[in-house]
Amino acid sequence: MPDPKLKGGLPPIAAWLRRLGLIAVESLWPPLLALALSFAVGSVIVLAIGESPLRVLSLIFLPGLRSVDGFAHVLFSATPLIFTGLSVAYAFRAGLFNIGGEGQLYMGAFLAAVVALSLPEAPRPVAMILGIAAAAAGGAIWGFIPGWLRARFGVHEVINTIMMNFIAVGLTGYCVEYYLQESGMIPHTAVIPEAFQLIPFARGPVGAWLGLNRANPLGFSIILALLAAIAVAFLFKRGVEGYRLRSVGLNPQAARYAGIAVGRVQMRAMAVAGALAGLVGVHEVLLYRHRYLDNFSTGLGFLGIAVALMGKNHPLGIVLAALLFGFLNTGALEIDLFTEVPRELVVVLQAMIILFVVAIGEMATRRRRRRRGRQ
Amino acid sequence: MIALLFATLRTATPLLLAGLGGMFSERGGVVNLALEGILLTGAFTAATVSYYTGSATAGVLAAILAGALIAGLHALMSLKFRVDQVVSGVAINMLAMGLTEFLMWIFFDSGSNSPRVDGFSSPEALSGILTEVPILTICALLAVPIAAWVLFRTRFGLRLRSVGEHPEAADSLGIRVHLVQLQGVLLSGVLAGAGGAFLSLNAHYFVKNMSAGRGYIALAALIFGKWHPGGVLAATLLFGFTESLQGHLHISWLPVRFVQMLPYVLTMVALVGVIGRSKGPLALGRLFVKD
Repeated sequence: MPDPKLKGGLPPIAAWLRRLGLIAVESLWPPLLALALSFAVGSVIVLAIGESPLRVLSLIFLPGLRSVDGFAHVLFSATPLIFTGLSVAYAFRAGLFNIGGEGQLYMGAFLAAVVALSLPEAPRPVAMILGIAAAAAGGAIWGFIPGWLRARFGVHEVINTIMMNFIAVGLTGYCVEYYLQESGMIPHTAVIPEAFQLIPFARGPVGAWLGLNRANPLGFSIILALLAAIAVAFLFKRGVEGYRLRSVGLNPQAARYAGIAVGRVQMRAMAVAGALAGLVGVHEVLLYRHRYLDNFSTGLGFLGIAVALMGKNHPLGIVLAALLFGFLNTGALEIDLFTEVPRELVVVLQAMIILFVVAIGEMATRRRRRRRGRQ
Repeated sequence: MIALLFATLRTATPLLLAGLGGMFSERGGVVNLALEGILLTGAFTAATVSYYTGSATAGVLAAILAGALIAGLHALMSLKFRVDQVVSGVAINMLAMGLTEFLMWIFFDSGSNSPRVDGFSSPEALSGILTEVPILTICALLAVPIAAWVLFRTRFGLRLRSVGEHPEAADSLGIRVHLVQLQGVLLSGVLAGAGGAFLSLNAHYFVKNMSAGRGYIALAALIFGKWHPGGVLAATLLFGFTESLQGHLHISWLPVRFVQMLPYVLTMVALVGVIGRSKGPLALGRLFVKD
């Protein structure tokens, strides 16, 4: 009879590695299968146009893999998606669906620009902190409102976040048009003071060492995004707030009996989710454009939902999914340049990836449940 | 003033059709954010088909078919694969956006708009009114009492409402819940598809992202109108009015952007309950799973 203490019979580290491997396999196959299926459908479309799917695939992925500079472009394109993906995942942890990333990132970016423009004298360190805080605050306010409406009046956050997306577009558009506009076709503000401007890595001391082209836009926002991902991961796993979020998300009734102020947790969750989306403002205004451009986001908030779904609402998964979408977005330019295939193929691919991911994920859970039921 | 009235009717038409469509889906308990994608697909299909056939009627029929197809995808995802209805809607909207732009390159070799299409030509005798009020607008207005009759006076309507309020009870009475919901969702595709056709045929061409959030406004109108055909009509007329104001009124102290925001603010206010709480079907968004 085997010793019960030796169950499994592996030393701790090996057992841990094995468990990690199992988790990896378990959580990786649905997104990978979804990816494969979407690329399969995409290949059929590409073949129908008369181009080679392999050529398109290599055009999407090779530029990012060939050089450090190319990969930096991919990272740059992935950065806002990490923020919006984390935003969706954070709210989702508390059982809330944040479709308001789009509005929150507009408000974050806008507030960052306004704060920067109204404090031209701010010294560099203060300016940096204020700029980042303003971006987070703008998004947090816009996330808090639907959270408060949910907690106080029981109004579902989905409709309210959608409505607030449109209100944010109108509000920022109005302010830029009437108060802050510089001349130009698309309404935009003046350039923010130098103290607030983040300088891309390529123009700093490490740029040449890394082998970045001088025009490469990658900068501090990617570090901020990765730090945010680590913070969220730590909070989900270890923090008290993470525990509260999860209990409210899994069963608000039970959470209430356990002494958790459900409404407050929901409000905080939406505010933090909003702040995470608002940090796109750091990327967009402080680093990239050095000004606020009206209507700059082309669905970054919605892509965040896709990224969160693909990454299974886990920060590590979100970073990986954002990276994949970064490859697709930078690859879109290449296939536009070098093939007959329109770049919108990438949008179609991204949409198909979500549809396949959620359908496969749902079926996988069902199968697991059935198997567990049988045991 | 008359011009403003006609403009209101025209801008309200796609909203009304999509709103009534959304009503059939949501009264059956299925959240339908895909309205936006259905409008867009309908607009593209109508423009493309009527460009190649020269017939506006064919365009409308094709748009209805395309709308039903997209709605069918939504039903497949949310009823068969049990995907969250909101997620499915968002994904479908993205798909519709990508696909219409993609196909625009394929069919018209343009990233911005289709070539001109004729739209409806009105018969001589009725041309006076029909140039101002297109035939689809009249259809949309006629659809309101018909929708009310279907929803409140027919067996299908009763089943649909019972499925949306309490699917378990409906199931225990032998109603095939998912089948009834599928019919509701398909009906929403038919109506919103026609709404999309109106968009492109009325403008005489298809433009990239032509729906521009109208699906979401229709959803807002549905909520603002308390999931009721008459309410949807009133709400879409109000929203259509606010949207057409910008072309007809020039009030310096009232920025256009604020007028445009009105539908969204009003909807949030209605949900909170300041002007009579708006409450949806009880089982809205909750998938019925038969054990």
